[in-house]
Amino acid sequence: MRQEIYDIIVVGAGHAGCEAAVAAARCGAKVLIVTIDMTKIAQMSCNPAMGGIAKGQILREIDALGGHSAIVTDESMIQFRMLNKSKGPAMWSPRAQCDRSLFTLKWRFILENTDNLDIWQDNVNELIIKKKIVCGVRTKMGVTFYSKAVILTTGTFEEGLIYIGRFKTNGGRIAEPNSSGISWQLNKEGIESGRMKTGTPARIDGRTINFKILEEQHGDEDIRRFSFMETEITKKQRSCYITYTNEKVHEILKQGFSESPLYNGTIKGKGPRYCPSIETKIITFGEKEQHQLFLEPEGWKTNEYYLNGFSSSLPLDVQYKALRNIKGLENARIYRPGYAIEYEYYPPVQLNLSLESKIIESLYFAGQVNGTTGYEEAGAQGIVAGINAAMKMKGKDPVILKRDEAYIGVLIDDLINKGVDEPYRMFTSRAEYRILLRQDNADMRLTPIAIGIGLAEPERERIYNDRNRKRKEIKKFIENYSITPEKANSYLIRKNSSPIRQRIKLIDILLRPEVSIEELRESVEDLNIYKKDQKFYDKELWESVEVEIKYKGYIERERMLADKVKRLNNIKLETDIKYDDLKSISTEGRQKLNKIKPETIGQALRIPGVSPSDINILLLYMGR
Amino acid sequence: MIFNMSDKDTITAISTPPGTGAIAVIRLSGESALEICEAVFVSPADKELTGQDPNTLHYGTIRDEDEIIDEVVVGLFKAPHSYTGENLVEISCHGSVYIQKRILELLVSKGARLARPGEFTMRAFMNGKLDLTQVEAVADLIASGSKAAHRVAMSQMRGGFTEEIKKLRDKLLTFISLLELELDFSEEDVEFADRSQLKVLLEEITRLLQKLKNSFSLGNVIKNGVPVAIAGKTNSGKSTLLNLLLREEKAIVSEIEGTTRDAIEDLISIQGIHFRLIDTAGIRHTEDAVEKLGIARTLEKIRQAVVVIHLLDARLPAEELILQIEHLEGYSGQDEKKRIIVLNKIDLIPDDSLDMISREIENHLTKKDYLVSMSAKKGIHLDRLEKALIEAAGMDTTSENDVIITNVRHYEALDRSLSAVRRAVDGLDHGIAGDLLAQDIRETIHYLSEITGEITDNEILGNIFKNFCIGK
Repeated sequence: MRQEIYDIIVVGAGHAGCEAAVAAARCGAKVLIVTIDMTKIAQMSCNPAMGGIAKGQILREIDALGGHSAIVTDESMIQFRMLNKSKGPAMWSPRAQCDRSLFTLKWRFILENTDNLDIWQDNVNELIIKKKIVCGVRTKMGVTFYSKAVILTTGTFEEGLIYIGRFKTNGGRIAEPNSSGISWQLNKEGIESGRMKTGTPARIDGRTINFKILEEQHGDEDIRRFSFMETEITKKQRSCYITYTNEKVHEILKQGFSESPLYNGTIKGKGPRYCPSIETKIITFGEKEQHQLFLEPEGWKTNEYYLNGFSSSLPLDVQYKALRNIKGLENARIYRPGYAIEYEYYPPVQLNLSLESKIIESLYFAGQVNGTTGYEEAGAQGIVAGINAAMKMKGKDPVILKRDEAYIGVLIDDLINKGVDEPYRMFTSRAEYRILLRQDNADMRLTPIAIGIGLAEPERERIYNDRNRKRKEIKKFIENYSITPEKANSYLIRKNSSPIRQRIKLIDILLRPEVSIEELRESVEDLNIYKKDQKFYDKELWESVEVEIKYKGYIERERMLADKVKRLNNIKLETDIKYDDLKSISTEGRQKLNKIKPETIGQALRIPGVSPSDINILLLYMGR
Repeated sequence: MIFNMSDKDTITAISTPPGTGAIAVIRLSGESALEICEAVFVSPADKELTGQDPNTLHYGTIRDEDEIIDEVVVGLFKAPHSYTGENLVEISCHGSVYIQKRILELLVSKGARLARPGEFTMRAFMNGKLDLTQVEAVADLIASGSKAAHRVAMSQMRGGFTEEIKKLRDKLLTFISLLELELDFSEEDVEFADRSQLKVLLEEITRLLQKLKNSFSLGNVIKNGVPVAIAGKTNSGKSTLLNLLLREEKAIVSEIEGTTRDAIEDLISIQGIHFRLIDTAGIRHTEDAVEKLGIARTLEKIRQAVVVIHLLDARLPAEELILQIEHLEGYSGQDEKKRIIVLNKIDLIPDDSLDMISREIENHLTKKDYLVSMSAKKGIHLDRLEKALIEAAGMDTTSENDVIITNVRHYEALDRSLSAVRRAVDGLDHGIAGDLLAQDIRETIHYLSEITGEITDNEILGNIFKNFCIGK
């Protein structure tokens, strides 16, 4: 067989692998993506949903950077909701239920139609590493591919072990083989690995669910795009349903605990605290009489429902018995049981901020192998690893997003500097500059970077420039337009807002908390001028400008704090500092500083175990 | 100052205050502290210091060749169990300045280096013996001249101050955890505290912060002296009074109107409490540029003062005196200031007219004012004035266990956290969104952490996962 030589090989075609491969190819690299099963590309292994709190923001950031997860989400969406709409603008989070099969097909279409990108279906079981530099992969079928860089995105597949009660089998997902060999090889090369655990609930036959007695959860009427591109989105939607466990269900589940791999010591890997199995919920929060469950449809043309909140690795018969005691599921039949999976991950403190290994050159890690969880978190790392592998090949600087620039920046910075001790999921509270990192301004924050490195296609650049121009126009309009009492007062009175006596600038009314630009636009005929002259009814852009005006004080204060930290970031730390001599720094602080060897004071500040007073000592040491 | 880590040399300094006392202590710290001391110390039994156990005292003499300079007691401490964390020797000698100087010179000649100011404490800090707040307290302790200042510094060293901040911080962490829970997990089936409970908590925190901040101004006052402005019409006897208090001629005294043009400050100690006395130029209408400047400064000083002594010439009619009081009120404002009205020159008027004037003026005063009649020139009733000063400064109420903050850095952090908490309370009143509220709380915690040196990062999520059932 002819041996092709690639620039970059991506091992695994999940959410991380797909983003990495397409980004690298679009940056000009010749790329090969290897997957065990081409029908499972970008499979949603767990719930059929994208976005949500903090994750929706990440999805929009991936898009703003020129990624495709948001586009695929838009195209496979079966329900849309903007979460947290009643809270402040930092919290507005788009979430979508997706058609699982469509999602895979759309991604596969993108991969198959990306120039410079080849696909190979096979199982990689060895890396080719020479003098601590990676230069290719070997597969189970005995094929060798050479390359300048390799991106490892094996998700839960590397040494994956599946548990259902006492039943245990090798696998990367239920009914799919795992991969093996790479972690063993990497351990020998000096890269540490560990075990993590996650789980998924049973999938139920919709024909056996009594929806009539369940609470229905509709999608929003106002369906938004995740992508900043002009994607086609659905108009009709499917509903989710809400039900609850009860004490009877808990009793039944408890009877199975002796056979639970989580509690009889079979599973050693650490699972996520924020996504516990139903058995963990019952043990940890024994006083709660019920737990909420969601029934989420898996697609347009399937009866399959995902039972969100009921993740379990108890024996099948226990799962069944418990399930049938839940309201609405009295006669339910299961398509596939819930299971737990344990897999290999590589502690991410062994990486640079570019996601390249500190130990093996040109080897990049992205996604669940870095100890994260979530499609969005994986995709985010994927696109960054793809970009940076391509940048390295071109001899350019890596793209490193900062904590005040993107959730993706927060994510990678946390992974590299803090490491993980449980599967890492993004929360808005992990970001210190949440008000800067909104879903509505992701394009403003990141698309210029995508344009700079050539990842943004001409269409994206055009849309960005167009939006930018419109933003400025809207802002100018709001600042300069005077509104008369006759036009404004009926609306203001309706909103319990004090009426105006004379002409007043639009911006001054908008600063009132109870006033919204959208409602104002609907009530005041003159304000509809922008509605007429654009192809898309761009409510979103008006909203975004409104946020910048209304929350100016908070935005500016956060900007100020971010800039203060930036100054600390600029204070370089020499790499040969003997931290052991700085006895005033706590023992833990010294150990962590020695291990991570931060490049700047700012980086040192974010290492867990290094306290602000340790930083003061460092500053003192440096004569500041 | 760049602190050079390679400074492994042995440093020495006189650790007792400058001047002659009964005894003095000279410290020697560093790797060769014992050897250097050994070179000048002779014990009666000829024992070698280097061979002795740490934490022991040794009697002997300090000699320069054969000349005995002094009889001393030497205390030995070995690294890391000493104040600085290094080998440390404390030589207690007699207090004569000459002896101290000779011993110090001798130690330097044997290889010790004179310590820079604060270098002992700095070494203690770098060797992990003290945390930042303690270092600051030590600096205060060294600088503290008065009983009260010493008490404050001691209590800070025992960490009482950090404890209180920590308690506050814990409460805030609980609060922010609830808030973040609500933000990040509102889609899930969790319950959180209602807004009114949060408000109660925030208000409690505001009170505590305010108390700490107030204790700062008290702490500052203790360290730098209670600022006392001495005001009054020209020739009412201000300089005479000041001189009486100082018991030395420091301010320029003259019979010519307007001699005291500038505000003069001096420090006195009454029963261990420092007062910073500010003599002021007489307030009157003038075209003289220099004098105008003096008057402007006077008014500024009066505004800064905690206590104002208003001097009145008892020989003037009561109506005139009341006018003067009202006139000064116009300048100094009706704030927290304490006022001591002094009826001066009582030696020059009959007793019955003094009684009458006193009654009339008293009618015009409030409960927080003091009235003292005296004669500055003759020194009559000075004790009454001193008693009024101590009471007015509120110093008698300072209890040892009160947390008193004396450091500017802490004050700033407190001030910033207080304004952040206030924004949060304000926001809560206006039904502000949780993410914005959280920004203010995070800022508060950030500033409090600057003081306590604790790390917040993973605590919030840790709190959430521990206390709430998260996850669909």
